[in-house]
Amino acid sequence: MSYEMMSNLVGAFFTLCIFSFLYKDNPFYQMAEQLLVGVSLGYSIVVTYERLFIPYVWQPIILKHTWALIFPAILGMLYLFRFSRKLGWLSRYPIAFSMIGVGMGVPAGIHAGILVQARQAMVPIETLNLFLILLGTITVLLYFFFSKAHSGAYGKFVGIGKWYMMIGFGASFGMTVMARISLLIGRIQFLVSDVLGLIK
Amino acid sequence: MKKTIPLMIVILGGIIFVMYAFSPHKILQDDFYNKFYIPWVYASGPFAALLGVISLCMMHNAKIKRRAPKWQYSYFFYAGFIITSLAGFIGGSQKGGLMMWIFENVQMPMSSTMFSLLAFYMASAAYKAFRARSVEATVLLVAAIVVMLAQVPLGVKIYKNLPVISQWILDVPNLASKRGIAIGVGLGGVATSLKILLGIERSYLGGGD
Repeated sequence: MSYEMMSNLVGAFFTLCIFSFLYKDNPFYQMAEQLLVGVSLGYSIVVTYERLFIPYVWQPIILKHTWALIFPAILGMLYLFRFSRKLGWLSRYPIAFSMIGVGMGVPAGIHAGILVQARQAMVPIETLNLFLILLGTITVLLYFFFSKAHSGAYGKFVGIGKWYMMIGFGASFGMTVMARISLLIGRIQFLVSDVLGLIK
Repeated sequence: MKKTIPLMIVILGGIIFVMYAFSPHKILQDDFYNKFYIPWVYASGPFAALLGVISLCMMHNAKIKRRAPKWQYSYFFYAGFIITSLAGFIGGSQKGGLMMWIFENVQMPMSSTMFSLLAFYMASAAYKAFRARSVEATVLLVAAIVVMLAQVPLGVKIYKNLPVISQWILDVPNLASKRGIAIGVGLGGVATSLKILLGIERSYLGGGD
């Protein structure tokens, strides 16, 4: 048996273990599920060690003697006090440090979430489609404005937003299903072509 | 000391970050962001990952000790974790090594199969949820069917203009609804960030004193 064939058989075995869940929950699926978590964790810890710990902790502190980086390393170690009942509060310091990034959320949120979207919505209405987009954007926004009761003519107007959202959710659902289907086709192709060799 | 200093770190650091976004000054752009923030985040990051590893191991340990339902499978978690991490630490993560072999022939097939399984469950959930009980559900279902059929040759065989209709759905009503939602999410995100910066939202500090 060639190396490639053996590798494909291992992949096929675990693929079938996961697919076996379609029949019902069974020991093969349970085993594969836990193994997947373990392997993913093992992979991510090695990647974290090689891409973060070595270049940003080990090399600067131990090899280049950039002692200032001892402080963030100690700050990071404080995360581990999360498991202590008495000293658990120390883990708030690294959490607080990681939270300062929310400051970036204010300008980034205003720019990407509000200004760019509003600018794209406020273009000259030259076609029917542009009018429909503007109408949809306004009605969807108003649909989530709860300070005014959705009743009467206003209620009917904001109700248009609901229809827009239903079409949008349907489109998103369709796209997601198709993405999953293409993954499914990929797995079946692997089994039929690479493992069984039925398709050349 | 236990809550006030972390809160001050968030407020002061957050305000500096807001200033960083608006000011092109060297102290903010280079000294604060490149020389201080990025190396500090990267140097403290591995310990956060370690916290996750310890937490997961403790959970499985407790499961085995308590003989909780399906406790035997926790050994497979340990097997996968120990073998993969040892393969990576001893043999390295380069292509051709044991860790990459495990990644390509164990992790990748299983994770892509896991995601492909969702196709079946989404279809069955969709059947249960959208059985066209109302006009709104019917509209959602029709939009989904049009978008799905337009991507396969069968859809074009049924009606040749289906891809055009699908593209219109994606470009007009879908875009309008996504834009409205994006603006709402943007406003909500900014409001939440401001609540954290002003010290109104403190749930990230956890309970206790």
